[in-house]
Amino acid sequence: MSVRRLAAEQPSSFAFSPENEAWADRQIAKYPEGRQASAVIPLLWKAQEQCGGWTPEPAIRAVADKLGMPYIRVLEIATFYTMFNLEPVGRHFVQLCGTTPCMIRGADKLKEVCHRKIGAERHVTEDGALSWLEVECLGACANAPMVQVNFDYFEDLTPESLEKLLDDLQAGRPVTTGSQIGRRASSPETGLTSLTDPSLYDRKPADTAPAAADAEAPKPGAGDAEA
Amino acid sequence: MAKIVVDGTEVEVPAEYTLLQACEVAGVEIPRFCFHERLSIAGNCRMCLVEVKGGPPKPTASCAMAVKDLRPGPNGEPPVVLTKSPMVKKAREGVMEFLLINHPLDCPICDQGGECDLQDQAMAYGVDSSRFAENKRAVEDKYIGPLVRTSMNRCIHCTRCVRFSTEVAGVPDLGAIGRGEDMEITTYLEHAMRSEMQGNVADLCPVGALTHKPTAFHARPWELAKTEAIDVMDAVGSNIRIDTRGREVMRILPRTNEAVNEEWISDKTRYVWDGLKTQRLDRPYVRVNGRLAPATWQQAFDAIAAKVKGTNGKRIGAIVGDLANVEETFAFKQLMGKLGSPNIDCRQDGAALDPSLGRASYIFNPGIAGIEEADAILLVGTDPRHEASIVNARLRKRWRQGGLKIALVGERVDLTYPYEYLGAGPESLAELTGNGTFADVLKGAERPLVIVGQGALARADGAAVLSLAARVAVAAGAVKDGWNGFAVLHTAASRVGALDLGFVPGEGGLGTVAMTNPGAQDVVFLLGADEVDVAPGTFVVYIGTHGDRGAHRADVILPGAAYSEKSGIYVNTEGRPQFANRAAFPPGEAREDWAVLRALSEVLGQKLPYDNLFALRAALVEAHPHLGRIDQVEPVDASTVAALAAVGGATDKAAFVPAIRDFYLTNPIARASAVMAECSALRLGGTAVAAE
Repeated sequence: MSVRRLAAEQPSSFAFSPENEAWADRQIAKYPEGRQASAVIPLLWKAQEQCGGWTPEPAIRAVADKLGMPYIRVLEIATFYTMFNLEPVGRHFVQLCGTTPCMIRGADKLKEVCHRKIGAERHVTEDGALSWLEVECLGACANAPMVQVNFDYFEDLTPESLEKLLDDLQAGRPVTTGSQIGRRASSPETGLTSLTDPSLYDRKPADTAPAAADAEAPKPGAGDAEA
Repeated sequence: MAKIVVDGTEVEVPAEYTLLQACEVAGVEIPRFCFHERLSIAGNCRMCLVEVKGGPPKPTASCAMAVKDLRPGPNGEPPVVLTKSPMVKKAREGVMEFLLINHPLDCPICDQGGECDLQDQAMAYGVDSSRFAENKRAVEDKYIGPLVRTSMNRCIHCTRCVRFSTEVAGVPDLGAIGRGEDMEITTYLEHAMRSEMQGNVADLCPVGALTHKPTAFHARPWELAKTEAIDVMDAVGSNIRIDTRGREVMRILPRTNEAVNEEWISDKTRYVWDGLKTQRLDRPYVRVNGRLAPATWQQAFDAIAAKVKGTNGKRIGAIVGDLANVEETFAFKQLMGKLGSPNIDCRQDGAALDPSLGRASYIFNPGIAGIEEADAILLVGTDPRHEASIVNARLRKRWRQGGLKIALVGERVDLTYPYEYLGAGPESLAELTGNGTFADVLKGAERPLVIVGQGALARADGAAVLSLAARVAVAAGAVKDGWNGFAVLHTAASRVGALDLGFVPGEGGLGTVAMTNPGAQDVVFLLGADEVDVAPGTFVVYIGTHGDRGAHRADVILPGAAYSEKSGIYVNTEGRPQFANRAAFPPGEAREDWAVLRALSEVLGQKLPYDNLFALRAALVEAHPHLGRIDQVEPVDASTVAALAAVGGATDKAAFVPAIRDFYLTNPIARASAVMAECSALRLGGTAVAAE
């Protein structure tokens, strides 16, 4: 981790959009009277979302004003949590996991790809589409190596598939989230190895719990589990 | 109470004590950086590690573990704390090594050198060399105002300064941004701190990260002579230590007095020291042909004698300024008595305080420490934050303990704690004598407190307002056995002492305002009185220290001694006489004020009967025995407040105005100080940041 500073260039002002304002008010209402400051992280997070992935200085002040906190208290929080980006990021902000499991599975190669395709860490490409940052474990170790782009995970990456992913993102083409090699969730890469006997599932209709979950996440590997 | 064994000594302490406190009870000193008695517990420096039996089997931060958290032994033996075991020594040495990893070895150029906690404790727990081969942390220095200098490489992240500004000062400007090794103490975007007590953060800093900017690189602690004295910047009577080198005052630090200032002092108290060196009157002056010309003492005295002799005593007036001590005021009063003048006054601002009513009518009856016992407080025409910052810190301390209702009548000001705003003037105050929301709060309170500021009294209807406030206090039941909740908050250090001496107009005498009117007097003596404007035509003799308003108006200037240059007694707003020692000598031909008055009396043929300060003090104590009982507040007759309430009188509708408009420039010494001028300019300029 390194010293984090507010960006040199800042927008002149910040105000929550009407729907975010209403959302913020709902968050604040969750806390008892006198404890409104508890909503500071949700509000900062929403402000970051509204600002295109980063938290400008006027947003810090706006959140502090809204919660009746001293500015320095909100600045402390915004600088403490590394997921609050203090500088502008690309439209597609690639957070590349470099922690041990991903590193062992080739995260270093992915970093090279990012360096080549995007540039240095925190650098935003000229079209504003991409920037990247190495982060600590994102908790998808079974499908390492992986990156998170905005709110989506892209797992089981190879330098080639990452390169294609970055190209697709930059060009605005649709991409597939989740595992890039077609496995479902974190099931074994080679298909299921245990609990494969269909009779185990006879007690229930074939299309209950597991299938219902699949309906929401149509992934290429979804069929494996039902097999 | 719980029993605990500390290094083999069994002690009995309250169960909620921390281990660190229990160790102190047992006489064992625990090293610490982040822990401070008057701040919340942070537990982040880890220097206070001890070994415990009956708790976790690892070194334990003694500041954050309570005695009641420890289990007794299998047979009910009390828990054991070891502070000198090999485990403790090794743990503390480890902590110290980590602290020193990133702490620069710049003690030779560090202002904290010689009074540095880290330096001292490194002597006990430090190792002689570093095993750290990695890159060192480097931190940019921050601008946090004109008073505190930063050297952030030295910061060990104890967060005492953050906790002080948030908790005690109530102006949460400081914070810690970033995290871990990269944590940095700063203000929001490096604006200047806005507290009147910010100098205390440099005192609290256990290392040299925050030091006093105005006195930076001026002196080493071991070359300073230390003198215990009393502050005169406000009427709190903060206990201070004046450090001098040779004849020069180098700095002013707080002394601990739990009843008065705890261990804090305001910035004006601390940093006014450069005002003691500039604009000083170091020789007598006599006005010749409209211009002040340097003169000898004899010439100055002759000029005064020529004017005073043949002048009727009724045409001579005397005003005592805000910084005078009791001895010189006493001598001044005696001299005026001998000259036959009833025109004496100590109330430069015209505050309607009348000592003939009794002492309870003009002092802060419950005492400053008594604020902590109050459970409902009414502030009348006062802005304690700027009139008496230390009192405000005490009010805030009480507010933080909870269960306190505070209301204000007067100008809306930021007091660092919330209060109920009742109105601007006497009408709102009058409502509180009946029934109403806050009147009921006061009535329902166990120990209601009514604090009256000078802003409510220094006006034409001041006497009526004071009586009205007393009526509110009496109606609320604030005056009863064991509790007198009627408090007058003064702004002038000399005021209570002078009122005790009865330095107010005698029979047929004129007060400050009447004296300064055109043609009212032939001769007026000003003893350091700079806040009055004497009308043209009057012959003005100014005895004082600085070339300020009084000196500019004067026809004869007699140079006196500033508070650091004379020994004397000051009575603070509680009525507590406190003794100040002399730390330095007056400059040039200036002399201590009592000696000037004594010499003047001889020239005027009215010789005062004492030849040295001790004889003067003896005469003073004989006339006013309570002033000889240093640091003891004389019990007062509480029925005075009821009598005061009965005085009555008509109040007008004008709103109360705070007594102090510019906190940093309230007296001649402060007005001569460049540091105070910078602070004042910064405050008037809002949150503007000074140029680098």
